[in-house]
Amino acid sequence: MKVTELPGDEDSGPTCRTYVFQNESHTLGNALKCIINRYEDVDFCAYTVPHPAENKMHFRIQTKKTPALEILKRGFQDLEKVCEHTIDLFEKEVKEFNKM
Amino acid sequence: MPLKDEKPRLFLEEFSVKKAPNDYGMSDGKWNFKKFTKKFRIVIVRMDNFEMEFDLIGIQPAFANAFRRLMLSEVPSMAIEKVMIRNNTSIIQDEVLAHRLGLIPLKADPRLFEYRQEDATGGTEFDTIEFTMKVKCTVNKSQPKDSYRAEDLYENHSVYSSQMKWQPMGNQASIHKEADIGPVHGDILVSKMRPGHELDLSLVAVKGIGKDHAKFSPVATASYRLLPEVTLTREVRGGDATLLQSCFAPGVIGIDSEGRAYVRDARYDTCSRNVYKYDEIRDAIILSRVRDHFIFNVESVGALQPNVIFVEAVKILRDKCKSFLDELNKFN
Repeated sequence: MKVTELPGDEDSGPTCRTYVFQNESHTLGNALKCIINRYEDVDFCAYTVPHPAENKMHFRIQTKKTPALEILKRGFQDLEKVCEHTIDLFEKEVKEFNKM
Repeated sequence: MPLKDEKPRLFLEEFSVKKAPNDYGMSDGKWNFKKFTKKFRIVIVRMDNFEMEFDLIGIQPAFANAFRRLMLSEVPSMAIEKVMIRNNTSIIQDEVLAHRLGLIPLKADPRLFEYRQEDATGGTEFDTIEFTMKVKCTVNKSQPKDSYRAEDLYENHSVYSSQMKWQPMGNQASIHKEADIGPVHGDILVSKMRPGHELDLSLVAVKGIGKDHAKFSPVATASYRLLPEVTLTREVRGGDATLLQSCFAPGVIGIDSEGRAYVRDARYDTCSRNVYKYDEIRDAIILSRVRDHFIFNVESVGALQPNVIFVEAVKILRDKCKSFLDELNKFN
């Protein structure tokens, strides 16, 4: 399992969740946080690497109405789109550069 | 001193760094993919097989940093991981020798290989490259008289990376060319020997990532900095102009035919704050950096071209998103 849910949010409804990502760190955490934090419905979003010797990243989402899981999925979709766009643009520019 | 355009800036003052008064941080606005694509630009400044410089303009620092971190520690490359030592009578210890060999950059394209399974006992032709290195130092029989130079006295007194020999496994010889597999540089000194010393090694190279060991990192450096900007607020001429010029990196400040100073190109400025030492010119200049203009410098170790390394890095992030999405879709 690469993603798990941290226990403790059972009573707070679907809008508050902490997800635990195995073998991930600031690379993914910060990029994802940067997107999700700017969504309309999000109250709070942050990540932490609780201990430098453990390869884990905790990702916390609190929203007003939308389920946290949905927000997280949307975050991944948007990050994927950003990557896709960066690859396309970069390869186009490399092609242009090589033509010169 | 507000500058007119929309660029977010960091002002370098004498003892502090300040944002513009109306700048609330780039992560403040709502996320909008269309807006992002509209603002985002890439400019390639310099590129060859080993080094490249490019600009990412209008991007979040979080993304720029993610790309940099990915290039350093998650883009794979091939490196020697195991060294079987049949004979080592040289003065360099087995473990030191093995470590040195591990750091030799290999030309093999990591995209054509797979990761070795964690529980695998031996390698296959798809995840392993094998080399042998068999060198023996001897006395040079045809040495010239009266010479004391090691090159004249001995054969093989220096062992170089070019002396490792590829041993194709299975079908490898038909898939890869020998010139595309071996060490990037043939003149890396591995060990020094004297007559009677001998090395008999077999080297096993596998695919790995920089997170595991720095030898697997495909880049020598991958870094970014923000675009520096120098703005003149009043006319500076004569001796003051020369003084101003000497406060910056060469080429940043020019002096025209009438002895007036002007900003020629601030891109390669070191952003030192030398100007603030001189009372006569310190008020004539605004030092700043553009906060969403990242100048990337990527130096490849030699296996992949720097532009390929960057694309691979972004692809890794994309694939991560995909696999996490798949997993999250299985959640209740």
